Amino acid sequence: MSILVNKDSRIIVQGFTGKEGSFHASQMIDYGTNVVGGVTPGKGGHTHLEKPVFNTVEEAVISEGANVSIIFVPAIFAADAILESANAGVELIICISEGIPIKDMIKVKHYLNTTNSRLIGPNCPGVITPNEAKVGIMPAQIHKKGRIGIISRSGTLTYTTVNQISIQGMGQSTSVGIGGDPITGSDFIDILKLFEKDEETEAVVMIGEIGGSMEERAAVYIKKYFNKPVVAFISGQTAPPGRRMGHAGAIITGGKGYAKEKMIALRDNGIHVVENPAEIGSTLKEILKKES
Amino acid sequence: MKIHEYQAKQLFKDFAIPVPEGMVAYTKEGTVEVSYKIGYPCVIKAQVHAGGRGKAGGVKLARNRDEALRFGEEIIGMHIKNLQTGAQGKKVRKVLVEKGVNIVNELYLAIIMDREKAMPVIIASSEGGMDIERVAEKHPDHIFKECVHPITGLSNFHISRLSFKLGLNKTERRHFSKLVSNLYKLFMEKDASIVEINPLVITDTEELIALDAKVNFDDNALVKHPDIMELRDTDEEDPFEVEASKYKLNYIKLDGNIGCMVNGAGLAMATMDILKYYKGEPANFLDVGGGTSEERIKEAFKILIADKNVKVVFINIFGGIVRTDIVAVGVVNAAKSMNINIPVVILLRGTNEKQGRKIIEESGLDFIVETDLKKAALKSVELSRGDKDVNSCK
Repeated sequence: MSILVNKDSRIIVQGFTGKEGSFHASQMIDYGTNVVGGVTPGKGGHTHLEKPVFNTVEEAVISEGANVSIIFVPAIFAADAILESANAGVELIICISEGIPIKDMIKVKHYLNTTNSRLIGPNCPGVITPNEAKVGIMPAQIHKKGRIGIISRSGTLTYTTVNQISIQGMGQSTSVGIGGDPITGSDFIDILKLFEKDEETEAVVMIGEIGGSMEERAAVYIKKYFNKPVVAFISGQTAPPGRRMGHAGAIITGGKGYAKEKMIALRDNGIHVVENPAEIGSTLKEILKKES
Repeated sequence: MKIHEYQAKQLFKDFAIPVPEGMVAYTKEGTVEVSYKIGYPCVIKAQVHAGGRGKAGGVKLARNRDEALRFGEEIIGMHIKNLQTGAQGKKVRKVLVEKGVNIVNELYLAIIMDREKAMPVIIASSEGGMDIERVAEKHPDHIFKECVHPITGLSNFHISRLSFKLGLNKTERRHFSKLVSNLYKLFMEKDASIVEINPLVITDTEELIALDAKVNFDDNALVKHPDIMELRDTDEEDPFEVEASKYKLNYIKLDGNIGCMVNGAGLAMATMDILKYYKGEPANFLDVGGGTSEERIKEAFKILIADKNVKVVFINIFGGIVRTDIVAVGVVNAAKSMNINIPVVILLRGTNEKQGRKIIEESGLDFIVETDLKKAALKSVELSRGDKDVNSCK
C-alpha cells in the first residue's frame, strides 16, 4: 500500500503540451507512471508523448477513466484548471503551478468542499510513491521504496530530507508536497489521516515552515489520533517577521506564525522536533531504533 | 506589496471612503507651503514603509507656520526603526500634511484574509488608535469579527452585527454601513491582503473619517493591477532587494556576514537556520529558483559580493530536475567572469553530484567543496569569523 497515488492511478496532465508540462510528463512516463493522456484546449485529437490529447478534462475522464490530474498551467489559469478537474469528478488534483492569487484560491477551496475531489498544492512539488508513480517534479532517483511517509510545505528541502532518509538506509512509502501557499488544498492533518491508515507507513516526517498555524493544529491532532512516530522540522527559525520568505505562505504576520511557537506546540504534543536540518534522517533512524 | 498612507488614502477616495483633506510635501519649505494651503492646525505625518511612526516622533500637530517648518525639518530625513526595518531603520523622504479633525470617538476597522478559514475577515473594535494586538491581549471582548464567505460575499447582516456591537447611533450606522461595503469592495477588487483603518474616527458632526490608512496587496495578483504596481516605491526597499527583483531572484537582506545562495525557498530558510544553529549569522535569504541558469547565478553572485558585510559565500544547491553538473558549469562560468575575492563554500548534492563536484574542483577556482550539509555550514561559520574554534560551540 501507499497513499494518494500508486501504479493503478490513471493520470492526466493539464497543460500537457506546454514546455513545463511536456518536460515533466515525459519524466513521469520514464519513471513508469501510468499517464493516460493530457489536456490542452484546442489540441484535442492529437497525440503527444505517445498519449492522447483532449480538449477538456471531462473528455479525458470519459475516454480514459482518468482519476488523477496534475496541473502545469500558468498561475492565472490554474484556479480554473482546478475547478475544471473537480467539476469533471477527478478524485485527486495535484497543482504544481505557483502564483495563484489568494482571492481565486479561497473560492476554489470552498467549491472543493462541495465535491469529492482532493487537492494537493498549489505551489508544490507533487506526490511520489517510489517504484509506482511519480506525479510531480521531484527528482526520481533520490527516492527509495520504504516505510517513511513525508509531508512537506517545501520543495528542495523535501528532496534534501528524502536524500537523508535514503542515505540512512530507509525509504519512503509516499512523499507528499502540500505546497508553500497560504491556502492549500490539503494540510498536514489531511495527509496524516491517510498515513495513519496506511499499513506500509511506519513513521512520518513533517517539514513545516513559518506562517499560518497548520503545524500547531497538526500537533494537537497527532497527540489525539496519530499512533506512529513523527519527526518534524520547521524552517524559518531565523526569518525576520513581516517578510515573505520566497513562498507566498512563509510569512510571519500580526505576531503569528513564528517557527518557535510551532516547535513548542509540536514538542508539547510529544513530537520529535529536529532543530538542525542536517540531522533529520539521523534523528529519525535513532527514534525508530528506540521504538523497536 | 506595501504602499504609503497617502497612496492608500487616494485609493480610499476612489472608493468613496472619507479621508481628511491632505497633500504631500518632500522638503521643509514644501511642508510650510502645503500647510498654509491646508490651514492650521494641521497634522504632519512621516510617509515611510515602517510601523511605529508616532512613537518615533514621525507624526506631529502643527498650529502655525513656525511649527510646520520645524516639524517638516525634523521629520523629513529622520530614520524610523522597528523589527522589520533592521538596525539601520528607514529614512523618511516625504510627509503627508492633513487638516485637523475634531474627534469624538476612535474605532478600529480592518479586513484581512484569514488563511485558516480561507475567507476575508472584517475586524472592528471600539478601541481605535491603539495597536490592535495590544487590544486583543487586554480587551479581547472589545474586538468583533465577521467572516465573509467568498461565494456569497458581503451581506447587510455582517455590517449590522458589527455596528450594533460597536454601539453606533443611527447616523453613525448609516455612514459605517457605506464605509464597510466600500472598503470590502476595495479589498476584493484590488486583491488586497490587508486594509486597515486605525483609527477610524467619529467627528463632532457624526461623520466617520479614516484618519489613517494601510493597504497591502497580494503579490501574486499584481499582474492583474498595473495601476497598483505603479504605486511601488523602490526608495522604500533595500537597494540589493530592488536589484534582485529585476532578475526575479527571491532575496531578503539581513544583518549577518555569511552570503547565502540556495535553490528553493524552504532550503534557503533551512540554510539560514543551520548557520544560526552553529552560531553564524546569515547575511541574506536568497532563493535562486529551480532553473539556476548561469545568468541567474552571476546576478546572485554580484548581489552577494556587493554587500560589504559578506565575508564568505555559502552555496547550497540540491540538483533535482536541473542536474548538479549543469549547475556546476553555471557556477564556474559565472565565478570566472567576475572578481570574487572572498572564500566560497559550495555544497552540491542531488543528481550527478560527483560530476558536479569534479567540475568545481578542476575549474581552477579555489572554492571549498563540501559533501555534507553539516560540514559545509560549520566551514562557512568558521570562515565568517576568521577563527577555527567553531566545532567547540556545538
